[in-house]
Amino acid sequence: MSRQSAFSTFGVEAAKMRDLTILMTVSGFVIFVIVAVLFTLAIRARRDTIGHRGGMRLVLWAGAMIPTVVLAALLIGTLPAMRPIQANRDALIVDVAGEQFWWRVGYRTPDGGTITAANEVRIPVGRTVDFRLSAGDVIHSFWIPGLAGKVDMIPGRTNRLVARATKAGRYRGQCAEFCGLSHALMAFDVVAMDPAAFDRWLLAQRSAAPAPTTPIAQRGAALFADNGCGGCHAVAGTVAAGKIGPDFSHIATRTTLGAGIIPMSEVNLSRFIAHAPSVKPGARMPAYTHLAPADVATIARYLETLK
Amino acid sequence: MSEEHQNNLAARLRSRRVTLWTLIVPPTVWAVHFMFCYLWVAVSCAKLGGFARFPVAFVIGTIVALAIIIASGAVAFVQSRTPGDPPPHDESTEIDRTRFLATATLLLAGLSVVGVLFTAAPALMLTDCR
Repeated sequence: MSRQSAFSTFGVEAAKMRDLTILMTVSGFVIFVIVAVLFTLAIRARRDTIGHRGGMRLVLWAGAMIPTVVLAALLIGTLPAMRPIQANRDALIVDVAGEQFWWRVGYRTPDGGTITAANEVRIPVGRTVDFRLSAGDVIHSFWIPGLAGKVDMIPGRTNRLVARATKAGRYRGQCAEFCGLSHALMAFDVVAMDPAAFDRWLLAQRSAAPAPTTPIAQRGAALFADNGCGGCHAVAGTVAAGKIGPDFSHIATRTTLGAGIIPMSEVNLSRFIAHAPSVKPGARMPAYTHLAPADVATIARYLETLK
Repeated sequence: MSEEHQNNLAARLRSRRVTLWTLIVPPTVWAVHFMFCYLWVAVSCAKLGGFARFPVAFVIGTIVALAIIIASGAVAFVQSRTPGDPPPHDESTEIDRTRFLATATLLLAGLSVVGVLFTAAPALMLTDCR
């Protein structure tokens, strides 16, 4: 099964759109074949095969009446797909902001707080999710093809997308509006989870990042602080509280790095830290080539403990 | 309505000139209704943030549009049946010109009714401004 396809759906909205697409494509094809056959018959027919009256009648019925009825039937049959899902009272509100070139994600809690995450959207299956979409810099577009249609993220505006997942699994979304050099490298993982598992996960995200326990992780944490990583990245429970880049509090629970583009691993973390501009051209993260490779690897080891 | 009265009305309608201006009445009303629908949606969303359960302005606008188109089609129908002069109606005479323009107006009125109904139909599904 494809992880990012409007045809392998895991949401109510996307399933409706897929059915609509199939219905319209098949209907269009059938109508095309009928017209093509009539056209062929018409140009091959001998003169006077059909009289004036018969011809006029054919034009009236095949040219006006039947198309009107068929189009009306298709319109009425497909109109219900326009009706949007209603956001009920217990809908989960998730704020997602597009940034060049990553996703700032916030899960609102019933007590009015927000749990910050990045580059991964987790949603409970069966519960309505009310996405509040915005942008920090330029226009982006939020699209999870298997879940629902795409919605633009416009600076200074909050757009809404209400969706409901029907099938648990790991999927993928992508930025669908050209937003700069790394637009094509701006994706994210989507995890549709069993509601109980989702609640447990959200509770874990709420807690502070785990303190480093091994000597190497402790050294990595110190290097992280000394090199000013916290100026842009936040690690809950430490002095690092930057908001310019993605939140790292639980970065190791994600399976991809750099907004869904490379697998999460120590090697890839090191590569991103040292050479971000080559992994992600145009991103605001500078290269840290002046750091010793061993130090970079140590920071990567520390990040790997942030579960 | 007496038969004489009906004939009088038909004669009066037929005496009206059919021009390209009367021909474009139905599609113009369709176009205006189309624009009205978009404006109504935009204004409703901007001012109220949603749609009324029973959208009075929208229903009245649609009924007015349909009424004008149907009236113009009915006039064209009567005019297209102007008696005298057997078919075909393709001479450059006043009566053939009238019948041609009237028939074209009638067909456009039919198309415009369908167009207005198709434009209005999605309103049945509108619930919020997303």
